Amino acid sequence: MSETNPAASTVSSGHSRNGANVPLVRAVNVLKSFHGVEVLKGIDLDVHRGEVVCLLGPSGSGKTTFLRCINQLESIDGGRIWVDGDLMGFRDEQGQLHHLTDKEVATQRREIGMVFQRFNLFPHMTALENVAEAPVQVKGMKKKQARARAVELLEQVGLGDKPTSYPGQLSGGQQQRVAIARALAMDPKLMLFDEPTSALDPELVGEVLRVMRDLAKAGMTMIVVTHEMSFAREVADHVVFMDGGVVVEQGKPKDVIGNPQHERTQSFLRRMRSDEQQEQQSETEAVDPAAPASS
Amino acid sequence: MSQTPTAAPVATADRPGVIDARPVRHPGRWVALLVILVLIAMMISSFMTNERWGFGDALTIMNQTPVLEGLWKGTIVGTVGAMVIGVFGGVLIAVLRLSENPVLRFVSFVYTWFFRGIPRLVLLAMIGSGVGYLYNKIDFGFPFGQQFASFLGLSSDFTFFTLNVNQFSSTLLAGIIGLGLSEAAYMAEIARAGILSVDTGQNEAAAALGMSRGKAMRRIVLPQAMRVIVPPTGNETIAMVKDTSLLSAIPVITELFYQTSAIGNRTLLIMPAFVAVSAWYLIVGSVLMVGQYFLERRFGRGFGTGAPNRRFMRPAAAGGA
Ligand SMILES: Nc1ncnc2c1ncn2[C@@H]1O[C@H](COP(=O)(O)OP(=O)(O)OP(=O)(O)O)[C@@H](O)[C@H]1O
Ligand SMILES: [Mg+2]
Repeated sequence: MSETNPAASTVSSGHSRNGANVPLVRAVNVLKSFHGVEVLKGIDLDVHRGEVVCLLGPSGSGKTTFLRCINQLESIDGGRIWVDGDLMGFRDEQGQLHHLTDKEVATQRREIGMVFQRFNLFPHMTALENVAEAPVQVKGMKKKQARARAVELLEQVGLGDKPTSYPGQLSGGQQQRVAIARALAMDPKLMLFDEPTSALDPELVGEVLRVMRDLAKAGMTMIVVTHEMSFAREVADHVVFMDGGVVVEQGKPKDVIGNPQHERTQSFLRRMRSDEQQEQQSETEAVDPAAPASS
Repeated sequence: MSQTPTAAPVATADRPGVIDARPVRHPGRWVALLVILVLIAMMISSFMTNERWGFGDALTIMNQTPVLEGLWKGTIVGTVGAMVIGVFGGVLIAVLRLSENPVLRFVSFVYTWFFRGIPRLVLLAMIGSGVGYLYNKIDFGFPFGQQFASFLGLSSDFTFFTLNVNQFSSTLLAGIIGLGLSEAAYMAEIARAGILSVDTGQNEAAAALGMSRGKAMRRIVLPQAMRVIVPPTGNETIAMVKDTSLLSAIPVITELFYQTSAIGNRTLLIMPAFVAVSAWYLIVGSVLMVGQYFLERRFGRGFGTGAPNRRFMRPAAAGGA
């Protein structure tokens, strides 16, 4: 069931410019430093159409930075990133790279939806206006049409009853679902999620993950940074474990999460598991003194 | 936990009912009230007995045609005009100041440095007489068009439009432009603070959706910055109402203070003239405060509880003293 889904990939190959065998995202030897400190030390990653890739890794391993490099919120110092065959951020003229203009970068970003850890909804606009804003302002869609589509998208994320609410009047889980709808409104080829549930109260995590699961089922190509192991296990086609700015291990979730080969992956997963258990223990107040409390 | 909204819950010995408590006593408030009442009574008695106040005369002066003309042209048109230039200019300069282009940043810095440093009175006096002395007329055309034309011996000198500075520099419009340019320097700092108060995540979210920098600024950042910009702008506007009295340095004489003091000096009703002009300034200032309230409400959308009238609904705390 959790094998790669060929049915889904046919859905998104409908608007693909290149052959289905070319990966939608290809990152080769991506390098990035902040003030002389190397944060990404040569990341290679292929993401195929319709695939869900989960990025795991300890804090500071560069997951967020890598995600931001894909849609050029950060500029890369080395390597190349292609999305749907387009080289991101540069124009290649016979081997000589030229920086793209701001306008060209903006055009490339339209195709990539991003969901932030802290939602970043526009607080002065209602949920509906948040979703309809970019199609009108960026794509030049008619206002009426954009609003109709926004209503559909809000219904899709289970917020059909909240179009006139301002973000400040919504719960964290509802805000994050509006943020997903806002990104979907641009009809992206690729969705990037940066720890979409880690700013949420535990009881609100499920509703956001459910929306993401539906999206994955509908064939959306997704790169998800997450600490939700069960989501990664069940939804991901491919799991990538990063540490210290490099990809340590990658493969099918049942291999990487179920049977990790590298020491660093093993110790990270051990830590995650003990965290999860502690959470469950404190939630249910389970009386199980036999449980191994590895620290 | 079912609540019955029909009647007040029955109070019994162990289930307390409706609260009927004595309010906290505030004897200090009564003393303060008494002192203020006595002071007000003394003031009113002085107004009534001291004829030199001349409230009746003040009212007459307030309604004189030249005074009303000065109020309209100098104070109201002057304030509105100067603030429009000031706000738009200020936002523009703030955006330049925050741009990535070092040349624009420098231009913006120099502008603010210059216009914040020069007193308005000096600036207006300089526009009124100095500029006309330096340049009798200003030609609008291609840069160095005249030099080129004389060099090449052409008949046209690439001038489209000539402004007679000597005439223009003493007009109300020149004064408004002077005040507006000065105001823009102050508004730039206010707008910059407002723009910086908006979370960087807002810009990133806009960029991630494919918005250009300019669109993100206009649609996302500035509307949120307005919440921070409006209150100090109200302050600036009220200050500008008063600074329009400096227009007489241009000299523009269709100006409120100039007209009332002229009448005061002519008729020897010195104090009534001051009362009249103060009353007009207070009235204009009050109207502006109401306007500011509505602007703040407009740009506060989505922030707070969403009940913008809350502060009018709050029970007056001092009432029950
Ligand atoms: N703008 C920046 N300036 C300087 N250093 C940065 C910047 N952004 C990230 N870093 C550094 O880069 C490293 C990787 O950060 P990143 O946010 O990508 O980690 P992460 O894997 O997303 O961690 P987390 O799980 O905590 O979100 C960290 O050491 C961080 O301090
Ligand atoms: Mg991160």
